[in-house]
Order: sequence, then C-alpha cells, then structure tokens
Amino acid sequence: MLIAAILALAAGTYATRLSGVLLRDRLELSDQLQRLLPMAAAALLTALAATAALMAGSDFAGVARPAGVLVGGLLAWRKAPFVVVVVAAAGVTALLRLAGLP
Amino acid sequence: MSTPKRTLRDAGALAAAMVAVGASFGAIAIAYGLPPWTPVLMSLVVFAGGAQFLAVGLFAAGNPVAAVLAGLLLNARHLPFGLAVSGTLGTRLRDRLLGSHLMTDETVAFTLAETDPARRRRVYWLVGTTLFISWNIGTVLGVALGGAVGNPDTLGLDAAFPAGLIALILPALRDRETRLVALTGAALAVALTPVLPAGLPVLCALLGLLVLFRPGGPLRPGRPGSQPARPASGSSPAHPGPGSLPAHRGSGSLSPRPGSDSLPLRPGSGSLSPRLDSGSPVPRLRSGFLRPRPGLRSDRPVPDTWRPAC
Repeated sequence: MLIAAILALAAGTYATRLSGVLLRDRLELSDQLQRLLPMAAAALLTALAATAALMAGSDFAGVARPAGVLVGGLLAWRKAPFVVVVVAAAGVTALLRLAGLP
Repeated sequence: MSTPKRTLRDAGALAAAMVAVGASFGAIAIAYGLPPWTPVLMSLVVFAGGAQFLAVGLFAAGNPVAAVLAGLLLNARHLPFGLAVSGTLGTRLRDRLLGSHLMTDETVAFTLAETDPARRRRVYWLVGTTLFISWNIGTVLGVALGGAVGNPDTLGLDAAFPAGLIALILPALRDRETRLVALTGAALAVALTPVLPAGLPVLCALLGLLVLFRPGGPLRPGRPGSQPARPASGSSPAHPGPGSLPAHRGSGSLSPRPGSDSLPLRPGSGSLSPRLDSGSPVPRLRSGFLRPRPGLRSDRPVPDTWRPAC
C-alpha cells in the first residue's frame, strides 16, 4: 500500500512535469501568450518565495524567518552574490532563534 | 567569474542546504516509523521536497490516499513550469524525459534567470543534477543518522530557500509588468494560504496575470496588437545578448523577453547542448520544493495543519 502510494505520487508528479514540457509544442500560442509563460513562472516563484518566507503551514511563520529572508532580500537587491544572500538569510534567522525569537 | 563557474558555486550553496534538509527529511520519515526504504525511494522517484514532507506526515497518519492527492496538488505548479522551460529542454525526447524529472522550483528559477538560450540549457542541467544528487545524498544520510540529524530550522535553512529564490527572481522583477503580475500573485498566495490547502495558494498566484488586463494595461481587451509585457528592464533590445544582462546573477529575467526561454529554442534547437541534468528538491518551504510540509515537525508526528481540500 505504501509503495503503491509512493509510486502513484511519483507517477503523478512526473506526469505533471512532463506534460508541461510536451504540451508546449501542441499549444498554438500567439506571441502574446508565449510572452506570458515566463511571467507566469515568475509569479509562481515569487509566490513560493513569499509564502515560504511568511507562512508556516497556514499560520504566520513568526519573526525569525521573515527577518532573515528580509535581510537576504535586501542583500540581493544590493546585488550581493547569491551565496552571501543565502548564508546571511540563514545566519540571521538562526541567530534570532538562538536569541529566543520564534 | 564565468557564468558556469558562478552558477556552480551558487548551486553548490543551495546543494549544501539541500543535503541538510534532505537529511532532515530522511530522519523525520524514520521518526514517523516508516520503513527506511520509504524516504530513499521517495527522494529518487518523487524528487519534490515539499510534497515529500507532506506525504510522509500523511503516511504516518495512516492516510496514503490523502498523501497522494495533497502531494499532487502541491506539485501542480510544475505544469506551468514545464511550459516555461520546455524550450530550454529542447526537442530531443530523451532530454525531455530525463529533464522533466529534474524540474524543481530552484532549477526553474536558476534557468529563467539566464537569458542566453545555450546558457539556460547548461544551467538547467547543471543545477538539476546537482540538486538531485545532493537531495538524495541528504536523504540517505538522514536515514542512516536518524535522530542525530538536528532540525534544519535551527540553522535557519528555512530562510535560506526563500531568500535564494528572491535573489534569482529579482532581475525579472525589474520589468514593470512582470513585477506587477508577480507581486499581485504573491500577495494573493499569502492571503489565501490560511484558507486553502497547501499548493492551491501558489497556483492562485497565476491570477496575478489578470493585472495585464487592467485599464491601460498591456493586454487590455480591445487593444489590438497590444504587446504584453515588454521587458522594461533597461536596455533590452529584442534579443538581449549577453551584454544586456542585468547585473546580478548574470541573469536575465524570468520575464518575457522576446528571445528568451522557450521561444527561440523551441523547434529545432534540440540538442545543442550538453546535458547535465537538473532538478531540485528542497524541502522546507511550503509548497515548493523547498517548501515542505506544512506544519510538520519531527516531534509532532502528524501534520496537524493540513486540511483536506475542500
């Protein structure tokens, strides 16, 4: 049962991934619509980042994580290297947690 | 630093975090009492961090059907991702079959941050492979080490993933229309998170595209020939060459640039490039790859915040 569920999840996930890739050829998209695809991806990724930064499950994530992400975001905006952004975000969050903030 | 080198370094940073989060995934699955092969198999064949965390919690709760449905809902965003990176994967069937499995939030973000098609392709495979390997290594470590694996939240890794995504998408957000769409979508997603099951809020971000239809917007009905979203970002001629990349990460933009992503590569660009692979499961953020498990904690074996889709 467990293995069946895992395989079903795997197959469904793979089918989702592959169908986007394959569908692209079948869709006769106008130039306009084609330009929307990267925008749609940008919207999804931004939403992922925002929900991941602010929410934990269906509640707010507390203080430490949003603060760390904010620091990382500011560094990214100032064009800091990617590694610096990631390490700073994690570091700030870890320190705030160490200090007892949620 | 050349782009591949920088990408390698950036992907390496993400990979290190993924090993840690993968380890926590493996350890949590074991803590839930699942057989050791379960997390290992999942990381290999599902390769989607958020869905994996969600699913093990529901397996542990004795609800495998819900685990499958919730996981699939969480992963539904890969369909639009597939549409967006299809051109990058090329037309060769083998590349598409393999490349699809490596598709993750981070891979897509890294890829779309590049503007040059050949570079995009390299980045997709490079990041995908790196993340696939690190995620699976992490999982095995977690299974082996069990309880010795700490909570990655202690290290602040739950902040690392969203911050990394932000760094990757910022260049695209320089385009005014893309920014409006993305921020509207993100606001909707955050607002809906408390009331919708995991996965749906992020999908609702696609509704942000509706701002293009606002009065005066680029897609307002009745404006024949109106152009959607032009990359506003500074200097972008129709085909942004490498020289026009926005400074940060070398990157370009996720945004609609004529000449980017799927468009130009599409038909015959089949197999220009070396295929590495790509993918990325990062657990810990919520619906993404990185995003794991709503409300799961190792000490809380049952995901209490998950609600069945209404």
